[in-house]
Amino acid sequence: MVNIILQIAGGIMLLSLVLSLYRFFKAGSLVDRVIAFDIMTIISISLIAMITHISGRTIYIDVALIYGLLSFLGVVIVARYLEKSL
Amino acid sequence: METIEIIGAFITLIGSVFLLLGSIGLIRMPDVFTRIQAGTKASTLGTLLSLFGLGLIYLDIAGKIFLLIVFILITNPVSSHMLARAAHYIGIKKADITVVDKLSTFRKNEQNNETQKPEAK
Amino acid sequence: MKIKSFIISIITLFVIWVLLNHRLTPEVFISGAVVAFAVGLIFCNSCDIFNDLKLTPKAFFYSFLYILVFLRELVKSNFDVAKRVISPKLPINPGIVEVKTKLKSKLGRMILTNSITLTPGTFTVELLDDRIFIHWIDVKSENIEEDTNMIVRKFEKYLEVIYG
Repeated sequence: MVNIILQIAGGIMLLSLVLSLYRFFKAGSLVDRVIAFDIMTIISISLIAMITHISGRTIYIDVALIYGLLSFLGVVIVARYLEKSL
Repeated sequence: METIEIIGAFITLIGSVFLLLGSIGLIRMPDVFTRIQAGTKASTLGTLLSLFGLGLIYLDIAGKIFLLIVFILITNPVSSHMLARAAHYIGIKKADITVVDKLSTFRKNEQNNETQKPEAK
Repeated sequence: MKIKSFIISIITLFVIWVLLNHRLTPEVFISGAVVAFAVGLIFCNSCDIFNDLKLTPKAFFYSFLYILVFLRELVKSNFDVAKRVISPKLPINPGIVEVKTKLKSKLGRMILTNSITLTPGTFTVELLDDRIFIHWIDVKSENIEEDTNMIVRKFEKYLEVIYG
């Protein structure tokens, strides 16, 4: 029961990842692309947490933590670059 | 024990639906600001809910998941705010249905004041 | 009052360390305390970010209430934006409006703008002293006072007690 529900949830997450990938490729400007990237990283954090359930190894939660930290830094650096204050 | 796990799985499912709504909003919205509006925050709630559901299933790593949730709550609004400010700074084109933009008028007034001051001297 | 900031940052670092380790054996406790103290000494010997935080029972009670109000607003407005995204006509009415805040402390302003950003429908574009510029997906009025009442007031009355 729990497994089936979580697999459906993982499928929906993958679908939303693909939808934001569409916006990533068909973007009007650089900012659009960075927004799509930001949302893809947020979805990826949930997906990595799902991998914790699928593989049964809780170490992947640490991977999600570090991934969130690095993606936040990436977005902030791009924003600073756009404001020409880097 | 079993019921808590099923409740957690359903919360994760609701979270993934919010993630899907976020990406649909990302595709449907007309300009950068409304895309940030629809995308970033729906997906924030989606991630929070799915992590919370997983925390209910794996109670032994609930502390790390709590840390991840707090971290996402602090960093996500900051990154979307910085992106919006950068987009406004470089003058991204807004949608035609935009009603009012007080920040642009504010910036223009400030520039006029700065250019008028040296002339007055 | 720099010592207050220093102590709060050390406690925060130590709690994060314990949550990351997920157990509290003597080794974890000692190494965490030493490293948290050293990091606080090096990076936070002159920071004043936590100075405005009030540590009275009333402030704790109000922070609890604030979390409840914030979660309610978060869920309510998420459903509102979800409805807008799904409906075929896309009923949006976006614009950037200006509001004013009465909060003085840096940390209080940060929490306020983060809360505004996290409740969908509104997000902060720029913060200059006490003027906050907010992008609103459904602009109801362009008057500064009315906007302040509608967006900021519900969070500010709790944050005023906590941060002053």
